[in-house]
Amino acid sequence: MDWRRFSVIALVIIILFSVVVLIGKTKDTPIVIITSLLATTIAVATPLTLGALSGIFCERSGVVNIGIEGMMLAAAFFGWLAAIYMNTIFKIAPLPSLIAGVVAAILTGGLFALLHAMLSITYKVDQIIGGTVINILAVGITGFMNRQLFFEKGSIFGGQVPHAPGVLPRIQIPFLADIPVMGRIFDQQPLTIAAILLVIVSHYVLFHTRWGLRTRAVGEHPRAADAVGINVIFMRYANVIIGGFLAGLGGAYFTLESVPSFEPLLTNGRGFIALAAMIFGNWSPFGAWAAALVFGASQAFQIKLQLFREVIPAQWAFLQNAYIVGLAPYILTMLILTGIIGKTTPPAADGVPYEK
Amino acid sequence: MESNEEQEARRESSFQKRLKSAGSAMLVPVLAVLTAMLVGAVVILMAGGNPLYAYLGLFQGAFGSAKAWSETAVWATPYIFAGLAVALAFKGGLFNIGAEGQLALGAVVAAWIGYALPDMLEISLPAIIHLPLAIILGVLAGALWAAIPGALKAYTGGHEVINTIMMNYIALNMVSFLLNGPMKDKNPNNVIARTPEIAESARIPVIFEGFRIHWGFVLALIVAAIVWWLLWKTTLGFEIRTVGANPDAAKYAGINVKRTIILTMAMSGLLAGMAGAIEVSGLNYRHELGFSIGYGFDAIAIALLGKTHPLGVVLASILFAGMRNGGTRMQFLTQIPVDVISVIQALILLFVAADAIIRYIYRVRAREERLVLTRGWGG
Repeated sequence: MDWRRFSVIALVIIILFSVVVLIGKTKDTPIVIITSLLATTIAVATPLTLGALSGIFCERSGVVNIGIEGMMLAAAFFGWLAAIYMNTIFKIAPLPSLIAGVVAAILTGGLFALLHAMLSITYKVDQIIGGTVINILAVGITGFMNRQLFFEKGSIFGGQVPHAPGVLPRIQIPFLADIPVMGRIFDQQPLTIAAILLVIVSHYVLFHTRWGLRTRAVGEHPRAADAVGINVIFMRYANVIIGGFLAGLGGAYFTLESVPSFEPLLTNGRGFIALAAMIFGNWSPFGAWAAALVFGASQAFQIKLQLFREVIPAQWAFLQNAYIVGLAPYILTMLILTGIIGKTTPPAADGVPYEK
Repeated sequence: MESNEEQEARRESSFQKRLKSAGSAMLVPVLAVLTAMLVGAVVILMAGGNPLYAYLGLFQGAFGSAKAWSETAVWATPYIFAGLAVALAFKGGLFNIGAEGQLALGAVVAAWIGYALPDMLEISLPAIIHLPLAIILGVLAGALWAAIPGALKAYTGGHEVINTIMMNYIALNMVSFLLNGPMKDKNPNNVIARTPEIAESARIPVIFEGFRIHWGFVLALIVAAIVWWLLWKTTLGFEIRTVGANPDAAKYAGINVKRTIILTMAMSGLLAGMAGAIEVSGLNYRHELGFSIGYGFDAIAIALLGKTHPLGVVLASILFAGMRNGGTRMQFLTQIPVDVISVIQALILLFVAADAIIRYIYRVRAREERLVLTRGWGG
C-alpha cells in the first residue's frame, strides 16, 4: 500500500465528512458530528474488513473466493439461529447465547469454506463458478430454513419469529473511551474491536511467520513451494478454511452485533464490496482495512444524511433521497476497480488449481 | 464417386455420432438433476414431508395439465432469455452476474414506454408501432447497462464479476427510486412500488384464449435459435468464441479483442433486457419492485446446466420453470415451503459445476474437452 492510495482514501473520507459537517452544522458542533461519523464508519466497516481479510487468506494461498457474500449470509443466519435457539429453547442467558451464536457463525463460515476448498482444490472446479455456487446455495438454504422455521406453524418456534436475545454489548476501551466527546470512537461492540485486532494479527501472520511465508509461496509459485517440501494442497485447504472462519465472523456482525434480526439477502453485496476492498488494498491486511474504512465512511455518510434530512438545503435536495445517496459505495467500488488510482497485482497463482 | 447408399450411410453415421455426442453431453446434467433431487428428498424428509408425494405434486403442478404446461412456459420465457444472456457471455469468456440489473432496466424502460408514451404524444399508438418500440428500447437499456462493465473490462481491466454485481445494486437503487417516485402508479388504492398498467397497444397477445402463455415464449425459442446461429455460423460468433477461448491468440489472429468484449457484454445485456421487457409486455403489464430479484442467479444456474449451449439453455429453462411452477402445488399438497426448490436448484448447480463428483459417483468417464468459463482477476 503506497502513500498515493492512502492519500486518496484520506481525501475521500475528508470530502464525505465535510459535506455532512456543512449540512449538519446548524444542528450539532463539527466535533460531535465528526466523532459520531468516525464511530459509525469504524463499526459499519467491520463486515467489510473481515470479508476482505477472508479474501486475503484465500487468495494469498492461490484460491479466488467470490463466495464470501454467501458465507457471510449463511453465517449471519445460523449464528442468529443458534443464539435464539439457546435463548428461547434452552433458556440460556442472552450474553452466553450471543457468544454461542458467534461461534456457530464462525463454524458455518468454515463449513462453507470447506465446500469451496473441496470444489476448487480437490475437484478443480472453476473457482469463480465455485464461489457462485456457494452464494446461490447460501441464498437457497437461508431462505428455505427462514421460512420453514419461522413461518410454518408446525416448526419448533410455532410459526413466528421469537424474541432475539439482543445484540452484543458495547465494550468501552479503558482510558480512551473516557476522553470527552472523542471517547465515543473507542466505545465499540466486540466484533468491531475483534476485526481491528485481526487486521494486526493477519498482517503479522502473513508477513512475519513461517505459516505466512508458506501461504504466500503456495499462492505465488506452488510448484517451487512443492519442490521445497511445502504441502500445497494442505496449505490451500487450511487458508481457505481460515478465510471461512473470518467471513463467518463478518456474518455474525449483521445479526448479532448490528441489528437483532435476520431477513433474506441481508448482506446486500457487502461480501463483494469486501473483495473490492481486498483488491484496492493490494491483498494486504492494512491496505484492505483502509479501503474498508472508505466504504464504511460512505455508509456512515448515508446514515447521517438521513438524520439531517430536514436541514439539507434546497439546492442539494438530491442528498435527501436515500436511493441516490445509497449509490455511493457501489459507484466508489467501480471507480476503484478501474485502477485509476494505480494498478494492483494479485498473487501470481491466484485462481489456478495446482496439478502435481 | 460414392454411391447414394454410401453417402446415405455416412450421413446416417454422422447423425448418429451427433446424437451420441449430444447424449453424452446431457449425461452429466441429467445425473446432476437426479442427484440433486435425491438430496432434496432428504431435505424434504427432514422437514417432515413425504418426498414421493412432494415430487408427485411438483410434477403434476408443472406438467400435469394444459394449464400447467402453459404456466410452465410462462415461467420459462424470462429464464430462456436471461439464461441465453449468461451463456453468451460465458462463450466470450465473460461472467455476467448482472443479468438481474439488466433485466430490471429492460423491464422499467418497456413499462415506461408502455404507459407513458401515448399520454406524452397525446395520441393512441397502433400496436404495430407501440409494442416493438417498448421492447426495443427496453432491450437497448439492458444492452447499455451491460456495455458499461464491458467497456470497463476492455479498457481498464476492472473485473466484470464485481462490476456487474455493483451495477445490479445501482440498478436496484435507481429502479426503487423511480418506482417509489416519478414512475409510481398514482392510483389512490395503490401502496406498492410499481408503475401504472401499460396501454393495450404495448401488450403481447396470448397464444390461446384462456391461457396465460403468450407469444413471448415463441420469441424466446426463436431468439435461442438466432443465438445458436450467431455463435456458430457467423464471423462475429467465431470472434466471440475465440476471445473466450484464448484472448491472446485472438489478438494475434487480428481480432479486435476490446471491441469484441464490449459487444459480447452488450449482446448479453440485450438478451437480459429482453427478459425484462417481454415479461412486462407479455405477462405483468407493469413493472413492480422486487420482480427482478433472483433472476440473475437463476440465469447463471440455467446457463451452466445447459452447458452454455442455446438448446441446453432452453431445456434447462423449462426444467427450472417447471420446478418453480410446480412448487406451489407441492407446497399445497405437503406444506413444504416452495423455497425448497431454491435449495434443489442450488444443488443442481453444485453438481453440474463439480461434475467430477457426479463422474465419481456414477463412474462416468470424463469427456476430452472441458468448458473454460472464466479467468481469475488478472484475465
